[in-house]
Amino acid sequence: MSLVEHDNLLFHGADWDFGTIQRIHDAVEAIGVGELGLDVYPNQIEVITAEQMLDAYASIGMPLFYKHWSFGKRFAMHESSYRQGLMGLAYEIVINSNPCISYIMEENSATMQTLVIAHAAFGHNHFFKNNYLFKEWTDADGILDYLDFAKGYITRCEERYGHAAVERVLDAAHALMSHGIHRYPRKKKPDLRSEERRERERHLHQEQTFNDLWRTVPTKGAAAKPALSDERRRALLELPQENILYFLEKSAPRLQPWQREILRIVRQIAQYFYPQRQTKVMNEGCATYTHYRIMTRLHETGQISDGAFLEFLQSHTNVTRQPEYDDPHYGGINPYALGFGMMQDIERICTKPTDEDREWFPDIAGRGDAMGVLRDVWANYRDESFISQYLSPHLMRQWRMFHLVDDPDQPELKIEAIHDERGYRRLRRSLSRHYDVGWSDPDIQVIDVDLAGDRRLILHHQVLNRALLHKDDAQRVLQMVANLWGYAVVLKEVEPATGAIFQEHVAHPHETFF
Amino acid sequence: MYIIDRRLNPGGKSLANRQRFIRRAKAQIQRAVRQTAGDRDITDLERGGEVSIPADGVREPSFRRSGEGGVHDHILPGNKRFVEGDTVDRPPGGGGGGSAGGDNGEGEDDFRFVLTRDEFLDLFLDDLELPDLAKRRVATVETQGVRRAGYTVTGSPVNLALLRSMRNSLSRRIAMRRPKPAELLRLQEEIALLEEENSSDERLIELRQQLEQLRLRTKRFPYIDPIDLRYRRFEPVSKPVAQAVMFCLMDVSGSMTEHMKDLAKRFYMLLYIFLTRRYKHVEIVFIRHTHEAKEVDEDTFFNSPETGGTVVSSALREMQRIVAERYSPDSWNIYAAQASDGDNSPNDGNTSATLLRDEILPVCQYYAYLEVGSDSDRMQTGFINHKTSLWQTYETLQGQVANLAMRKVNHRREIYPVFRELFRRRDAEAGARVP
Repeated sequence: MSLVEHDNLLFHGADWDFGTIQRIHDAVEAIGVGELGLDVYPNQIEVITAEQMLDAYASIGMPLFYKHWSFGKRFAMHESSYRQGLMGLAYEIVINSNPCISYIMEENSATMQTLVIAHAAFGHNHFFKNNYLFKEWTDADGILDYLDFAKGYITRCEERYGHAAVERVLDAAHALMSHGIHRYPRKKKPDLRSEERRERERHLHQEQTFNDLWRTVPTKGAAAKPALSDERRRALLELPQENILYFLEKSAPRLQPWQREILRIVRQIAQYFYPQRQTKVMNEGCATYTHYRIMTRLHETGQISDGAFLEFLQSHTNVTRQPEYDDPHYGGINPYALGFGMMQDIERICTKPTDEDREWFPDIAGRGDAMGVLRDVWANYRDESFISQYLSPHLMRQWRMFHLVDDPDQPELKIEAIHDERGYRRLRRSLSRHYDVGWSDPDIQVIDVDLAGDRRLILHHQVLNRALLHKDDAQRVLQMVANLWGYAVVLKEVEPATGAIFQEHVAHPHETFF
Repeated sequence: MYIIDRRLNPGGKSLANRQRFIRRAKAQIQRAVRQTAGDRDITDLERGGEVSIPADGVREPSFRRSGEGGVHDHILPGNKRFVEGDTVDRPPGGGGGGSAGGDNGEGEDDFRFVLTRDEFLDLFLDDLELPDLAKRRVATVETQGVRRAGYTVTGSPVNLALLRSMRNSLSRRIAMRRPKPAELLRLQEEIALLEEENSSDERLIELRQQLEQLRLRTKRFPYIDPIDLRYRRFEPVSKPVAQAVMFCLMDVSGSMTEHMKDLAKRFYMLLYIFLTRRYKHVEIVFIRHTHEAKEVDEDTFFNSPETGGTVVSSALREMQRIVAERYSPDSWNIYAAQASDGDNSPNDGNTSATLLRDEILPVCQYYAYLEVGSDSDRMQTGFINHKTSLWQTYETLQGQVANLAMRKVNHRREIYPVFRELFRRRDAEAGARVP
């Protein structure tokens, strides 16, 4: 084995140790930061076992989380399908925090660890640090501390008020999680220290102002207040409000302070994950493109062997495979494939543009500096805007995309557009709309409530394309809203154009909730 | 960059979540467990296993659009022959290209997962209780043992607590400023050096005096003093007997069919599992009888055929003998389960009843009589109140003693309910009866 000393391979064979990981990281960093110009949080790489990976799955990938039965359910489900061999585990999980934590599995080969480090610790990491949505909505420095606070707070609530009471609030909050998000920036970001102080002060204030005498003071009949105008009343309650959890936290008349705090915790966490939902294609595209560039470069510079490179290519192609619509394996558009395809396409447009590209993308075609363009794209777009801006006719033709409309009033399905001159723009527009969460989540808003009257809460679902809510689920969630609100709740499904009401759900609170 | 090895972190981070989940879905899981138990071979009960519960009970609802109704559009890859404006027949499953199904989130399928053996048995035997026999237990179900209880200053050398004694000695030596050997050695060396040099006498004398004092002090405070010594102390405790013996009595005369034996076997297995959960050590004695009784091994008990008449008292007498020989009621919890088709020779009734009442029941914790019938018997029980001779015999006793229970079983699916009924938790039973 005299040749060993002459090559500059990072590793031989599949085995690795911590020295190897360090070498791999340094080599990947040299390329990622040095050549590609990535800007990343410091990395923290944690080696975990399969069981710990399952644990992490159960709590949405976060290293610490409060306790809830639904996480146990998720764990049981994953564990059962993992043990039966129905499901492989992800190679990595990466957390948007500072330092950026990546979990890597102990059974991965050295090649896979290289891939994972390039993908997660540099690709995702760069995206987390630079994308405007993450900058706006998440606090990478504080998230782990916040989760720690949340976990501790909920545990204390369980001790003080009992598991069942806390569970009821959490169930309701989880059901409303998708409607507990501010979609537009508000005044300030949550910050751990003020959170904690606020909670403590709220509690202290309560203790200080407690005076048993008040109980004995005879009360006059409440003085009649001048009736507010409807508009003024709504304005005071910030109505209409699409963030239902926020509204309940602030305005539900019968909630205890700790119940409000739990709603707030769930809401904050939903908000933290909101950017991830909106950038799946871009995030994976960015990470996949990055690892592809880095791995190729490592191979070119002789730092990984041909065998390792082939191993990488095999798993890379698996990840970026897009079955066609009539393939039995088809399960929707693969975000890895679409993201990677588009990033490569942008690179092509920058370096080898065709006339068509010059017409469609005059500002980037032939600019040469592909990485510069990509870094800019990664920083300033989300899936919806990214696709509507950068999906090129070339890629649509390559994928042979078409647009199919299923209108229940028509006897047959209709092909609305295909990958041709007339269809490009329409295809692109409808695909980008699929990635707009504002469009894919049903639009439900708190419309009105008369706090001085019967306190009935009125919600509206603005029906889009005549697609109504899943009836059973809607009724269940509405029941939870009613429990939190403390009075009757009605949900109307409204056609926005005409104001016609398709359906009405009503729920009355269970008295046991309080 | 940091690399952190988390592999050695304690596992089971999700355990608390899992417990919450099981508690949440307890009713459904329990139902599933019992159903599984019915399907499964009874010897497999001790393993955990996969159960499936309706997804409905552990559903996490959310506001979402239903799959049906409304206009849906899909962007699909891989167009081969369509041009704009084409129409396509609706695929039978609804939804175009299958992507509509994906929008439904979790399906309505059953939710399957694996329970560990302990979880399985806990749920399986939950709310069952051994008959409450507190009075007997105080009198007879205790044994003496010893356990560690701190330290004492007296004791036999065997129990010397070396570490504790040495620690005491050390602290005493420090407190009394007993000179250290090194200190003495240093003085001696210095004296020897001075003696060699023949230098100033005063210094030498001073040092010698010092040395003498230290030696005296060393002698006065010994290295180990009797007051340092500590001994391990033990105290006697009474422990409940953690052993039980289970007597399986069965009639194997010609009238017992395979079906009946199978029923009996299932009942015995359940009882065995149940007892092993409560007692560390459970023994089983198999007694089969025709007109005479014999203790046999398990295989013979269930499988080998026998012919003859039926005299129940023979089995009771055999059990009495074995109890007297090997299982003193002072140190054993005795359970007996008898399975029979109810035949008994007419002149044996009284003998059996007396024997049971006076000899067997007083030493038993619990005596269960299981009357097994053939599948077709169920037809009759409805309108003809048919009572077998053994049933009649035991019925007379039931009012007089508390620890005799009797049930009739015709089909294997009745075994488990009957078993549950027999071992139902007392308070639940009392609650049911009071109103």
